[in-house]
Amino acid sequence: MTEATTVGFCGIELAHPIINGSGTFDAIAARRVFGDELLERFPFAAFVTKTVTVEPRAGNPPPRLWELPAGLLNSIGLPNRGLAGFLEHDLPVLAELPVPLIVNVMGFTRDQVATLVAAFAERDEVAALELNVSCPNVETGMLMGADPRETAALVERVRPLTAKPLIVKLTPNAADVPAVARAAQEAGADAVSLINTLRGMALEPASGEPALGGITGGVSGPAVRAIALAQVHAVAAAVSIGVVGMGGVQRGRDAADLMAAGADLVAVGTESFRDPMAGLRVATELVALPVSGAGAVV
Amino acid sequence: MSDRIQAPLDRRRVLVGARSVRGPYVVLACEDPDGPRPQAGQFYMLSAGGRWGGGDGERPFLPRALSVMRAAPGGRGLEFLIEDVGPGTARLCELQVGDGLLLLGPLGVGFAAPREGRRPLLVGGGVGIAPLVILRDRLGPGVPPPLLGFRDTARALASREWLPAARVATDDGGYGHRGLVTDLLAAELARDGHAEVYACGPPAMLEAVRLLCAEHRAPAQLALESGMACGYGACFGCVVRTREGYIRLCVDGPVVDADRLEAVVGVGAVG
Repeated sequence: MTEATTVGFCGIELAHPIINGSGTFDAIAARRVFGDELLERFPFAAFVTKTVTVEPRAGNPPPRLWELPAGLLNSIGLPNRGLAGFLEHDLPVLAELPVPLIVNVMGFTRDQVATLVAAFAERDEVAALELNVSCPNVETGMLMGADPRETAALVERVRPLTAKPLIVKLTPNAADVPAVARAAQEAGADAVSLINTLRGMALEPASGEPALGGITGGVSGPAVRAIALAQVHAVAAAVSIGVVGMGGVQRGRDAADLMAAGADLVAVGTESFRDPMAGLRVATELVALPVSGAGAVV
Repeated sequence: MSDRIQAPLDRRRVLVGARSVRGPYVVLACEDPDGPRPQAGQFYMLSAGGRWGGGDGERPFLPRALSVMRAAPGGRGLEFLIEDVGPGTARLCELQVGDGLLLLGPLGVGFAAPREGRRPLLVGGGVGIAPLVILRDRLGPGVPPPLLGFRDTARALASREWLPAARVATDDGGYGHRGLVTDLLAAELARDGHAEVYACGPPAMLEAVRLLCAEHRAPAQLALESGMACGYGACFGCVVRTREGYIRLCVDGPVVDADRLEAVVGVGAVG
């Protein structure tokens, strides 16, 4: 047994190693639903925002969800107020959270990502930035996170704009994820986080038509846990920067597995949909587990 | 001040205290002493305390959103009306007295009091009558008979236990008016120019209610349904289109003023 101790990550001190995956918890909505109890017992050691884009986005047409065996297929479409709306309405409220704030951003061009990074570079409310690279670069036609050169070019473009830690949220829908992670490291990223959702599809049984308004979606939940473990293991072996592991974490044991595979922090996502306090529960269970050497799987 | 009764952060594990079967409907009752008394129209996310997952097709995985049908003060006497329409509701319907039930709630924004000078008129269809039962209790005496529609006699007869004074329509004419509940509503709106409609039911019924109310310039509060993963605004999955854009039904609904909608479109309900 070990006592809970603080965890350092990219120079940020955290109360425990469990955070949320971007887009899986809305702290502002949750405060309306649960009141200030949310601030008194916040379930995560840091809060990662939903993706912010330069322009507002309405998101994809419904249906947006499809239940899977041991998981969830979603096509939400990154709805958000846009940068100006986020700065005016969301950031002041998120700054009241009792934990460090990590802002997740995405652009359709490198210039857009640069605009977003620059906008947060001097904001004291923001502890770190996470780059969502699961998005096509409309200028090159390449998925920003699917190709090492594309990822490197993006990180090189935005790295000089901020001294804040930059975390690259890797997509699992890439041919060589460790190569992308290495490229991010060499271009100056402070950490990588993985896995994002895996592309998937479901058909409506009665009609045979796509079940989701967005046609395809992202698969998450326990269904992807083994894939997450394999990718975290491969990426952690390929880089020396921080690694945030996630994918199907439901219990302390799942978090311990990702940490044994090389993750420094672990994010909880889909499980929070089933239980808003899942993050703190996983952190508590993790502390209670017998110590198994971190990095034991090599 | 909040616009809703707020929920405790913790999902509670409670026991099924009573179970009754009426036609195709199952009513589960439980005590929730750690939760507040909900507003009429609010809902809970429910899942079975055991064997949630691992069933047919390995579902269910997500909890299911269910309107509360009855609630006594102090989180006592919660009742939920359930019809087996998929793997989640099937599992909930199987639960017996003493079985564990996980619940999160109360969630969402419920029904508002009638506008000045308006007389509440309750309109329900199928399992959607559940929030009208608690609303009827809260509105007190003097509420005119609710108007209810059902597919068949078995469902219509079952409803007598919860809304005995209702006027009923059935698709097959086996009980009450033969036809749709909106036939009854059209006649009522033509007769009474001061109604405010409170409706819950299948999307096609709610769309017909919306159109009738617009025609008669009667305000209407519609309790909508959508598949939900979380129930508290985290997943952004349960959106419905309004005149101001998408809203999340779980935090900005499930009760929505009809005049905010261009149409009621059924999407992605998860059984």
